[in-house]
Order: sequence, then structure tokens, then C-alpha cells
Amino acid sequence: MTKRPRIPLNSALVIGGILTALLIVTALVSLVWTPEVPTRVRVAMRLKGPGEVGILGTDHFGRDVASLLMVGAWNSLAIAWPAVLLGAAIGTAIGCAAAAWKGLADEIAMRVSDVVFAFPAVLSAIMIGALLGSGPLAAILAIAVFNIPVFARVTRGVALQVWTLDYIAAARAIGKHPLRITWEDVLPNIAGALIVQVTIQLALAILTEAGLSYLGLGVRPPNPSWGRMLSDAQTYLSQAPHLAIAPGIAIALSVLGLNLLGDGLRDALDPTLKGRGATA
Amino acid sequence: MTKRLLTAALLLSVSALPAFAAKTSLVVGMPIEPPGLDPTIAAPVAIREVTWANLYEGLVRIDRAGKVQPLLAKSWEVAPDGLTYTFRLQEGVKFHDGSAFDSADVKFAFDRARDPKSTNAQKQIFAPIASIETPDPATVVIKLKETSGNFLYYLGWGDAVIVAPETAASNAANPVGTGPFKFKSWTRGDRVELAKNPDYWQKDKVKLESVTFRFISDAQAQVAALKAGDVDAFPNLGAPELFAEFQKDARFKAVAGNTEGETVAGLNSAKKPFDDVRVRRALMHAVDRKALIEGAYSGFGQPIGSFFSPNNPAFVDTTNVIPYDVEKAKALLKEAGYGNGLSITIKSPQMAYASRSAELLSAMMAEVGVDLKIIPTEFPAKWIEEVFKNKDYDVTIVSHTEPLDIDIFARDSYYFNYKNEKFKALVAEAAKTTDEKARFAKYAEAQRILAEDVPALFLFQLPKLGVWNAKVQGLWENSPIPSNDVTEVSWSE
Repeated sequence: MTKRPRIPLNSALVIGGILTALLIVTALVSLVWTPEVPTRVRVAMRLKGPGEVGILGTDHFGRDVASLLMVGAWNSLAIAWPAVLLGAAIGTAIGCAAAAWKGLADEIAMRVSDVVFAFPAVLSAIMIGALLGSGPLAAILAIAVFNIPVFARVTRGVALQVWTLDYIAAARAIGKHPLRITWEDVLPNIAGALIVQVTIQLALAILTEAGLSYLGLGVRPPNPSWGRMLSDAQTYLSQAPHLAIAPGIAIALSVLGLNLLGDGLRDALDPTLKGRGATA
Repeated sequence: MTKRLLTAALLLSVSALPAFAAKTSLVVGMPIEPPGLDPTIAAPVAIREVTWANLYEGLVRIDRAGKVQPLLAKSWEVAPDGLTYTFRLQEGVKFHDGSAFDSADVKFAFDRARDPKSTNAQKQIFAPIASIETPDPATVVIKLKETSGNFLYYLGWGDAVIVAPETAASNAANPVGTGPFKFKSWTRGDRVELAKNPDYWQKDKVKLESVTFRFISDAQAQVAALKAGDVDAFPNLGAPELFAEFQKDARFKAVAGNTEGETVAGLNSAKKPFDDVRVRRALMHAVDRKALIEGAYSGFGQPIGSFFSPNNPAFVDTTNVIPYDVEKAKALLKEAGYGNGLSITIKSPQMAYASRSAELLSAMMAEVGVDLKIIPTEFPAKWIEEVFKNKDYDVTIVSHTEPLDIDIFARDSYYFNYKNEKFKALVAEAAKTTDEKARFAKYAEAQRILAEDVPALFLFQLPKLGVWNAKVQGLWENSPIPSNDVTEVSWSE
């Protein structure tokens, strides 16, 4: 009798977890406190370096960069989370259905996924922006749409494996409805894979949101966003490099953190990987 | 031994030559590529910036001080009633295709421009014309229906250049004019090349053998091209924040001049709450123009209080009519019934000066209790559709770059939805007044009316940030008319 396995810690999991926690805590703190009002313009204090005014200096309008970054973290998550969850919910439903019914339904679902997958998030954001007007809603929808086929495929893949297991075959034999099988037996079995995918997609979503805001398709000014901070900083690069470095590092660390967390979780949760102490 | 001596002699003779012969080619950078090369059929400023005074010439020209000077017309007389203009033309002038220029070309060019089917962007120039007569090849007599105080000035614009009947139809792709340079080639998306016109009628004035216009939209690429020497001059640098480093660099001349672009935040006067002049004035009081210019344009650009270019001799400074005054702004808003706040939107196009100004305006409005939400829009297509045509907006922001365009506030269907009969009559009268002093007085009065009535928030004159190689001489520091006139440009040795 072996001990019930706990989630084994690995360095990716630890570092990723810490970085991600930092991102979330920063975002939450920004809701109640920032060093300065982030939208406050102080033209007399523009383009000050880190330490001169505020810990990270000021931007071209004299706004406090540290405060902008903090609120930017919240805005980034506020778009990335709902977008990924929406995409995951729809994608998982499609993937589960495809795995449960197979045949024509499966074929159609997957081919449609392929088509949607062919559109990069930026392109769908431009199209959705043209329809609804660009803004946070368009960004969320665009990133969600981009996530649907990702989750549909992942879900279908792992769900198909689960459907081949003996006890599922038994459940089918006693006439359990496919919907109930999916809900009670399949989903709990694939949850680990989905959680891993969510973290990885979150990293991608943060990157995409930054890209969209960089292009002026995301969070609306004057509401701060990392992507727009980067695009604003571009022409000031020789005068005030900190304006590009600060949001650049923020984006890089957040994406790195979520990716490490995803990798770490996959290693920890995937029982097929050797040497992880899974029960045989 | 002899070989070595020879080499030494050769080296000596080479070093005895002047280090550099003066260059005779010039590469001018422009942010926007023109859609065609005929300024008489379309509005874009970029067309004039390549062609005006370089490829095409008008009867008169506008000089770098904004004054009217003779060009293809060597002199003219205006009848005492102000209705008949008699132009004496330069003789011996040839178009680039070798055909002679004479009065018939003038008649053709103007009749073509004022034809109902013409797409000329400034038809008001030709609207007062009753008839054009050509008593002999060197004389043109233009009769007007009504006096036009700005008629000669308008004839200096790109819209009124003289084109020949044989080539007019193909000028957009293969321009033929009478100017100091001939069209050589156009690589779309990259450059337009011009070569010196060997038969130019004032060829002694022209120093350059060739001119290339290169189109580079990205501000950082513009700077890189200047520094690498790929471009000799950028008369209109895209990013003001990159301009400062050129000011410190002795290899370059960096000149901040004025354009004809009044940057204004248009208010939709037909819509609540902008139909109340107190609200419009309050919003104007809330704007710190100096801070705005500092933040949006790195401090370059002259504050304006009305809709008139400081380049124009009739300009009056009206920035003190409604100065920056937060308390007054709040008081006026309270009086108008918005003491508890006001929520409005601004449609802001993507140009850096516009979107930055919008962000700053939003912050300034917040100080007086006005919530100004920014709605990004795209210029020109989306902005023209939403704001200009459908007038679906509260506040918007754009720079109006046509010279002498104060009459847009007198147009009924213009996007400001501004209606002021007194102003309308005054501007119409000014346009008809031929006496310069009287005309300027009327324009001054018109400027004051706008400054007090605030149909738009008058912000700043878009500066012309020119950067060029310190050895290049003769480029314009201001642009009283959209142009890159290189006729008299030369390299110092």
C-alpha cells in the first residue's frame, strides 16, 4: 500500500506559482491602492527616470509608471481571464460532445475548429472590433474565439482516451446517458489536462491582449494597459528607455510565470510521466 | 622608384582637389505617399508636397512668407471695380513635353477645374469666375461675377496650377507641368524621382540636378534614414519627441516652424449640452493649452484661441479670450446646470497628436468634473463616415491643414453643426473685400467671434518640425501652403 500521492513540487511549479501569485496580488492591490492616481497627468513632471519621481519614473504625460503598471496588471487579467474561461467552456463542451458522439458530429466540430483556428486572434479582434467597435469587449471575444478550437481539440483528445476505459464501457452497457457519462466520469478525468491548458492559454491571452492594446484594439485610453504603454514608449526609447523596459518586463514575467506554472502542473498531474510517484 | 614617385604625385594631385564638390541631388522624406500626382483633381496634402512649385506652376505663387508673387503671370491689373483681372503671361515658357505655354492653357486649366464634373478640391477658388478670355497668347482676362478678396491668393494654390490640354488627363500618373523639375519615375510605396528641367524658363535659379521624394511613415524609420544619410531632409518629422536630439546635433539643422494646421477639438453644437455656449466656454476654460502642447507635442506648436494660422498676416492672438481657468470652468458648468458633473465622449483618431491630446483633454476635463470618455476611431475612412458625414459625435479632434479655412465654421452642413448668421455674413463679406486692410479687419473680427463662441476647443497650431542636413540650404521653415518647394535649394560646400 503506497501513500496517496500529493501534488509533487517541482521547480517550474514553484517559480511559476510565485510569479503568477505576484501578478494576481499586484492586480488585486491595484484595485484598492496605487502609489499615485494612475491617470493623473502632471506635464511638468514628464519623462522622469526611475527614482526621480516615483519608483519607476513617469511617462510622457507625467503619469506614474508604477501605478500604471499595477492597474495594467489588473486590466490585463480582466481581459485574459474571462476570455480564456469563455473559450475553455465552449471549447470543452464541443470537445466532449465530439468525443461522446463521434462520427459526423465529431468530424464537423473538428473541421469548424480548424477553420476558426486559422484566424489569428489579432485578425479576429479587428473583425470583431469592426462589428462591435474596438474595446475591451471586442478583445475578450477575439481571444475567446481563438481559444475555442484549442480547448475543443485538447478536450476531444483526452476525452477519447477516457471513453475507451473499461468502466466507461460498463457504464454505457448499463445504458447510462452519454451526457451523464461525460459529466460524471469523463470531465473529472480530464480536469488536470484542462487546468494545465488554461494556465498556458492565460499566458498567451496576456500576450495577445498586450498585442491588441499595442495596436489600439484593447483597453481604451486613458485606462492603462501594458501593450499601449509599450506602443507609447516606442518613440521615447532614446530619451526614456524605462518606459519600454517596465511594461516589457511585466509582460515577460507574467507570461513566463504562467507558462512555468502550466509546465509544472502538467509534470505534476500527468501520471504517465515517469518518476513522478504515481500509483501503478 | 619612378613608379613610387608617380604614385606619390598621383596621391598629391588627388588630395589637392577640393574634398567635396557640392552635391546636386537631394532626397526629401515625406511621411505619407500621395495617391496621385495631380493636385487639381484631389485634396490630399501629400500631392502638393511633391508637385507644387516643383512640377507644376500657377499664374502666381505663394512665397515662404505666405505672400503672393508673380510666376507664370509676370504682372496683372485689377480693374477698379475688382471684377476684371488682366494677367500678362511669361513668354517662352514650355511644358515638360516641349509644348508651349500660352493663354489657351490657362483657360483650359481653369475651365477644367470649375467644370461641374471636376473633382477639384477647392472649387470655391473658381466659383466667382464669370468668364475667361484670351485676347492674345500672352494675355488672360478673367471676369468675376462678384469681387473676391482672396482670388489672387487662391490662384497660388496647388489646386489652380496650369496644366496642358494634351496631358491633363494623365497627370495623376505622369505629371507634365512647367516647373523647374520634370517627372522621372514613381516606385509605388517607396519614392518619386524628379530630374532638373533643362528648358526651365528660370533655369538659373535651379541648383539641383535631381530630387527624390521618399515615403517613410514610421517615425523611428524617419530618424534612422536621416541619421544614415539615406534621406537629406525631412521637412515634416513625424515624432516631436525625436526632434530634440536633432536640435543638439550639429550635422543637422532642426527648425520648428508653423504649418497651416489648426488642431481643434470640434464640439457638436447641435447636440446637448454643447448647444449651450456656457458649456462650450467652460470646456475651453478647462484646457491648459501650454500643458497640452508640452504633453502632446513635446512643447512645439503655438497655442491658438481661434481658427486662424499664425502664418497668415491677418492673424490675431485670441488665446486670452477664454484662458485656462479651472474655477471659472466649474462656475460656468454649475450655471448651465451641470454642477454635479457631465459625461461626454471624444472620438479620437489614431494620429499621435490627436490621441495624445485626447488623453490630456480627458485628464484636464476630469479636473472640472467632466468625464470625457475616449472612443478611438480611424482616420480618414471611419472618421469621415462617423464624424464628418453623419455628425455622430460629442467631441472630436483633428487638425485642419488647409490654409485660410475659417469659412468652414460658416458652412451649414459642416461637422461642427455651428450656426451663427453674424459670423457667416462677416466671413462672406471678408471674402469679397478686395481692400487688404478692410479684409484683415473683418477676418480679425471673425476670429474673435469664434474665440468667444467656442464651436470647437481651439488648441494649437500643428508645428512643422523640419530636420535636414546642415549643408542643405533654401528649404522652407514654415509651410504657409502645403509644399516642399525645392526650386532654390542647394548644397553648401
